Amino acid sequence: MITSFLLKSLDKRVSIAILILLAIAVIVPVLNLSLSASNPLQIPTYVMQLFGKYLNYALLALALDLVWGFCGILSLGHGAFFALGGYAMGMYLMRQIGSRGSYGDPILPDFMVFLNWKSLPWFWHGFDMFWFACVMVLFVPGLLAFIFGWFAFRSRVNGVYLSIITQAMTYALMLAFFRNDMGFGGNNGLTDFKDIIGFEVQADSTRAVLFAASAIALALSLMIASGIVRSKAGKVLVGIRDAESRTRFLGYRVENYKLFTFVVSAMMAGVAGALYVPQVGIINPGEFAPGNSIEVVIWTAVGGRGTLIGPILGAILVNGGKTIFTGIWPEFWLFALGALFVAVTLFLPKGIVGTVAEFMAKRKAKAAVADKPADTTGAEQAEAAQ
Amino acid sequence: MSDLKNYKPSSLLYLDGVSVSFDGFKALNSLSFVVEPGELRAIIGPNGAGKTTMMDIITGKTRPDSGEVFFNGTVDLTTKDEADIAQLGIGRKFQKPTVFESHTVWDNLELALNRKRGVFGTLFYKLTGEDKDRIEEILATVRLTHRKDDFGANLSHGQKQWLEIGMLLAQEPQLLLVDEPVAGMTDAETAETAILLREIAKTRSVVVVEHDMGFIRDLGVKVTCLAEGSVLAEGSIDFVSNDPKVIENYLGR
Repeated sequence: MITSFLLKSLDKRVSIAILILLAIAVIVPVLNLSLSASNPLQIPTYVMQLFGKYLNYALLALALDLVWGFCGILSLGHGAFFALGGYAMGMYLMRQIGSRGSYGDPILPDFMVFLNWKSLPWFWHGFDMFWFACVMVLFVPGLLAFIFGWFAFRSRVNGVYLSIITQAMTYALMLAFFRNDMGFGGNNGLTDFKDIIGFEVQADSTRAVLFAASAIALALSLMIASGIVRSKAGKVLVGIRDAESRTRFLGYRVENYKLFTFVVSAMMAGVAGALYVPQVGIINPGEFAPGNSIEVVIWTAVGGRGTLIGPILGAILVNGGKTIFTGIWPEFWLFALGALFVAVTLFLPKGIVGTVAEFMAKRKAKAAVADKPADTTGAEQAEAAQ
Repeated sequence: MSDLKNYKPSSLLYLDGVSVSFDGFKALNSLSFVVEPGELRAIIGPNGAGKTTMMDIITGKTRPDSGEVFFNGTVDLTTKDEADIAQLGIGRKFQKPTVFESHTVWDNLELALNRKRGVFGTLFYKLTGEDKDRIEEILATVRLTHRKDDFGANLSHGQKQWLEIGMLLAQEPQLLLVDEPVAGMTDAETAETAILLREIAKTRSVVVVEHDMGFIRDLGVKVTCLAEGSVLAEGSIDFVSNDPKVIENYLGR
């Protein structure tokens, strides 16, 4: 059942994207590790790290596309799920530091010693185990999405109202995580990581593995998302997006479909966050900032909402642009981002991938019509008659 | 209307003393109304008579303030929501044709097909030969076979109406509620729709709300005239259209 589900997910575009991602997962780390720094083909670690980060952003955008592009839920709080996944991984990494911290406490992370805490808060237990942290990376964002979605979708909160409360959710979490007594390091967040499953976080080889893991996680998520979208359930989702009441009167429980998609999407965002944190070396409450979640919407819109591939491209392109622009002209970047969003909304409402796909479809239709000239005149006459 | 109770066990749809008001406006005022199994019924009435509100109540979109709504004589519809009621076997066609515009005609029907409706049921759904035959049969019934691969958005207004009727058929309901099926249709399409509805009514009950008196005459069935939220007159089209109250309230002198 699962196999046929995944096999069905492979249309041409998605298969190509998955192959490319898997190739990148192998080639980039190999080019980074096996070649000497003087070789022009050698990929420097900082570039690999940068692109690893982009891949995590791409996964976050893909997660947003699943709920926004296919189910019409414009979440302006997906950064919260990303950050929660990141915090779950960060807690594991903190516990790995052990007695190497500045205070040398074998159990308590530095910030707890600094706050004069005597014992580990209950929610920090278990995070010394990697598998437990991995489960939490999926479970915590999934649980939040479930509780949030349960209330929101059951009471039929829709459209802009839903967007506003998702934004409020991430803002509330940001304020909460800023507090020292929450037990997540407050303002400074979690940082100074040493190692991950026994390997040094800063080492080139670890970074290469994290990069590969990011690419593979993205490929897998793309496969799952595509499987959902291409199944009958995916058709129901699009039905909900386009005509929610029709779907309801056909006997579908709209709230369950939304809840399912929202939870799956939140888990994907959590995985993205968990891979992001060891690569950038820090997680702090700033990741919950409402602006972050809105940026994800821009990446998705630029690449093409409802196309799965589009958000991946959008995230990489926009963040690539951000890296370049903030290097040469930092004060210009926010204006450029705003202008980009306005331009895409006005001129490319379907985003890059959507517009290209439409163009190709039109050309194909034209070619098909050209094959049958007799039909064309008939159709034209009919059109003229109307 | 105490004798109405006698009809309850044998009825398909039973409304007794249903009232609902919105912000003080009484949309339905003690409406009582019975549909027998296998019946085709037309409902007429001026704007604001409560026709659409009545459908909202039957399909679970609106809850009545008071009164009884029963399906098959035993199922209390006032405690159920839209999805429950749809699964019980009540299909609804909206006033404005509502189909899935970014799905093909085929997918529209596949979604409407009376199969498992849970998330995991549809996630692992596979189109069987039986379902395929059923969809093709419905395509033929609603005369859309030649457009099965076209998107809902690209259909003409009349074709959208038919597709929506086809989706209701795919749902295999016992009772079909149809709100203004011929609004905006050409005369030829209207006549064709009358034939289609009569054909459908052979195997299930249908309630049609319509303004088009010619169309109602074509259908040739029992007519209920609503006004100000309750039944004004009920009977054959000739009986109803000669009722002085109906003439005053609806048809005009």
